[in-house]
Amino acid sequence: MTIESGHSETVADRATVSAPPGELRARGLPLVWTLGAAGFVVGALLVGLAVGPTPISAWAIARDAASHVFGFRSPLSSLDSGIVWQIRAPRVVLGGLVGMMLAVAGASYQGTFRNPLADPYLLGVSEGAGTGATIVIAFFPHAAGSELLPLAAFLGGLVGVGAAYLLGSSVARAGGTGALILAGVTVAAFMTAIQTFLQQRQSQTLQQVYAWILGGLSGATWHGIVLALPWIAVSTAILLAHRRVLDVLSVGDEEAGALGLNVARARGLIVVAATVGTSAAVAVSGLIGFVGIIVPHTIRLLVSSSYRAIVPLSLLVGAGFLILTDVIARTVLSPAEVPIGVVTAFLGAPFFAVVLRRSRWVGL
Amino acid sequence: MTALEARGVEVALGGHRAVAGVDLTVARGEWVCLIGPNGAGKTTLLRALAGLVPADGTVQLSGRGHSRRRRRELARAIALVPQLPETPPGLTVAEYVLLGRTPHIGYLGGESRADRVAAAAAIDRLDLRAFAQRPLYSLSGGERQRVVLARALAQAAPVLLLDEPTSALDLGRQQEALELLDDLRRSDGLTVVSAMHDLTLAGQYADRLVLLDRGRIAIEGTPGEVLTEATIARVYGADVRVLHDDGRVSVLPIRGIRC
Repeated sequence: MTIESGHSETVADRATVSAPPGELRARGLPLVWTLGAAGFVVGALLVGLAVGPTPISAWAIARDAASHVFGFRSPLSSLDSGIVWQIRAPRVVLGGLVGMMLAVAGASYQGTFRNPLADPYLLGVSEGAGTGATIVIAFFPHAAGSELLPLAAFLGGLVGVGAAYLLGSSVARAGGTGALILAGVTVAAFMTAIQTFLQQRQSQTLQQVYAWILGGLSGATWHGIVLALPWIAVSTAILLAHRRVLDVLSVGDEEAGALGLNVARARGLIVVAATVGTSAAVAVSGLIGFVGIIVPHTIRLLVSSSYRAIVPLSLLVGAGFLILTDVIARTVLSPAEVPIGVVTAFLGAPFFAVVLRRSRWVGL
Repeated sequence: MTALEARGVEVALGGHRAVAGVDLTVARGEWVCLIGPNGAGKTTLLRALAGLVPADGTVQLSGRGHSRRRRRELARAIALVPQLPETPPGLTVAEYVLLGRTPHIGYLGGESRADRVAAAAAIDRLDLRAFAQRPLYSLSGGERQRVVLARALAQAAPVLLLDEPTSALDLGRQQEALELLDDLRRSDGLTVVSAMHDLTLAGQYADRLVLLDRGRIAIEGTPGEVLTEATIARVYGADVRVLHDDGRVSVLPIRGIRC
């Protein structure tokens, strides 16, 4: 005979008279925020196309775009049309792609490493790409304007993270993500040493390397976009598909494993996708900091802690954010340009400080 | 019917044999409680039973060995609630409980209607419907404990492993949680293996106690057989009185009876 407390009887009663079971839903992707973020991207695109030394109205641009589809007469002169589609559009599109990639990669890194400070450069993409770029600028100065530079930066980023990952996962059994981050720091230090040594030996390259490291979208061409697009598109799609897996990883490696997730494989896939995409973005735009940190955290603070919301919204907000910061970078001191990394941090840091102060930081 | 069978399980952690050859058979629907002093190997044994730590020997669930199962399949057969579960503060109760459905969802898939229904049933069983949209950081320790249990129930595994399920709770919440577990075990036919420090609670709820000492089973049997003053003095080095009341055993620490 068992003695049952009053509480257990109420539970048993409830089980027998329970209503037909409902369903439990995750918040997922809130519609209002999604529409807002999509509107932000469209607005940023129009501003990016319309603003510049030659003012062209967004309405005229929209009618010009429609005229190409429906065949009526465009309101734009061929000169204005060229400015919009051959000069501004590549820059806007590239800004959108790079911004979305950095924000999505940052969100994924924060999720898979359960570390709020993780950004896409955590495991040595930036140092690897910088070393690749420096080698080209120092030893093949005539090729620095060609596709060799982005290719070397792309491969350098992959080599950096690949070395960190091999080193980290060989000791990760006991150390988990900590070992991986430490391996990233180790590889990054080594790469920085090579980079600094080369720059110091060939000091005439300093200016060019520095300009590349500061990053920017001024070299954007449709051709460059075609080179980077496949990598960025595939990486982003893979990371988007992992948004629920990132939520599972948020309970830690051991519990995620107890829930049936192959943690090492999932983390490997996420890191590879984020690294390949980030390397492609860095190859065509240099090192643009801070986007990968503030965009995901702003969404985390304002909308949801679930990666089902963070990843897709980071994609949209990251794209719009970088397009707008690039507009500022190329207009405030026109015809000179402010490095875009300066603008992302100069505007992004105070904005994020306000968000951080006004919201409740509860951790990852 | 045997739910879980372990033969010669050994686990070495950093050269130290945390579990040094354990044979354990748990019948379907049984509640077995692992007791023993700190460092006796309770947590490590639970992790080995869940297949989360490399172990020598064999562990079989319903007659099939761990090594022949894939991670996902194993998670459908056995659920583990660790002593200090990670509860991501910003997730809602609903989102957290839905994570329990992971072994039933394809790698990149989303929850099906069946998953959402199962999670809702788990939340109702633990009386958490009103909390569904609350973030985890806003819950008390006792509420959070129930949410973790709801996630384990949503996993729908017939074997439930619990590491110190009551360590974060006050006396009333401890009894409440254990009564609830006992109800769930009886109504759903769950098999429960729990590690517990509180010998009185262990003795009152478990069908069988397994006393671990330095990685080996020192003694196993009914609470009346295992919880004797001599055994507790020998294994724990503790001075206790064992009280028998209406067939139930209570262990009372007493100061200085051996001096």
